[in-house]
Amino acid sequence: MAAGAILEPMTMAMANEIAAEEFSAVVARHRPQIFRFLLASTRDVDLAETLTQDCFLKAHRNWSSFRGESSAMTWLMRIAINLQKDHWRNRRMQFWRHTQMNAVGLDEASEWLPSGERSVEQQLLAKERVRQVSKAVEGLSERQRTVFLLRYVEEAELSEIAQATGLSEGTVKAHLSRAVAKVRSELGGKR
Amino acid sequence: MIFKNKVDEVGNVTEELDEALRDFRLSVHAWSDAAFSRQRTAVAPVAPRQVWRLAVGWALGCVLVAGGASAGVWQHHQREMKNAAARVAEQQRLQEQLVAQQRSQQARQEDEDLLAKVDSDISREVPAAMEPLAQMMAEDENP
Repeated sequence: MAAGAILEPMTMAMANEIAAEEFSAVVARHRPQIFRFLLASTRDVDLAETLTQDCFLKAHRNWSSFRGESSAMTWLMRIAINLQKDHWRNRRMQFWRHTQMNAVGLDEASEWLPSGERSVEQQLLAKERVRQVSKAVEGLSERQRTVFLLRYVEEAELSEIAQATGLSEGTVKAHLSRAVAKVRSELGGKR
Repeated sequence: MIFKNKVDEVGNVTEELDEALRDFRLSVHAWSDAAFSRQRTAVAPVAPRQVWRLAVGWALGCVLVAGGASAGVWQHHQREMKNAAARVAEQQRLQEQLVAQQRSQQARQEDEDLLAKVDSDISREVPAAMEPLAQMMAEDENP
């Protein structure tokens, strides 16, 4: 800093403005990922959008208490997981009814697979495999599903998953192992 | 490959499982991207003042509709009453006309009966001595 420069004292308004800018940047960066995780978990676009909104609303309210001990993404993911859990717990019956009504079918979900440079036969085979994985994921327990999706869809590290779920790394690994075994079994059983 | 390593951490990996998980990830990403970028329709929240305006507008509208409807019903009722009164008056007039006709007919009948009785009485009062003369007059008139 140049000698003689006058340091302008930071007012509360300025601090709030900086915090708001930071939060806006966090929303812009992480919103698609949070939405994707919730969409993969619920298979319901409307519900995923609602929970994403709730997640960022809650994050905004508690933004001042975020101390940066974990990454913002991990912190947000933890909020999203808790919201999803609360939603499932509070409206168990309605949730299933709602999910059955609004959730897309397994076939429809697999239709989103990019064709890439595959032949028609390879595309069909790949879609069938995605359908089988989706079916296996649907049959997982809530915790196994969360861990599986964070690992294989969001490509999170085990330590990040542990922080987001509040589990130990060993427990995360165990859940992941069981989830992968079920997926493998689904893929193997269909042949 | 990062993805393959991740599967390695939790157990044996087959190429098929690795590929299936990768396809699953691609599929979810594509689905999410499409859903995230779709058009959303947002309904603007209504301000309290607007709510009041809306409520007052609705209330006035309801009052106008109810007033219009009741005025129409009242007018219809009045017209029906007038029509009924006119029908009753017409019936009464016809009834009275009929009674008057009957009365005049009866009076005429009574007059005719009286005249006939007078004629009969007068003809009976001709003395018996004059009867041959009267008979002759009748024969002269009808030879």
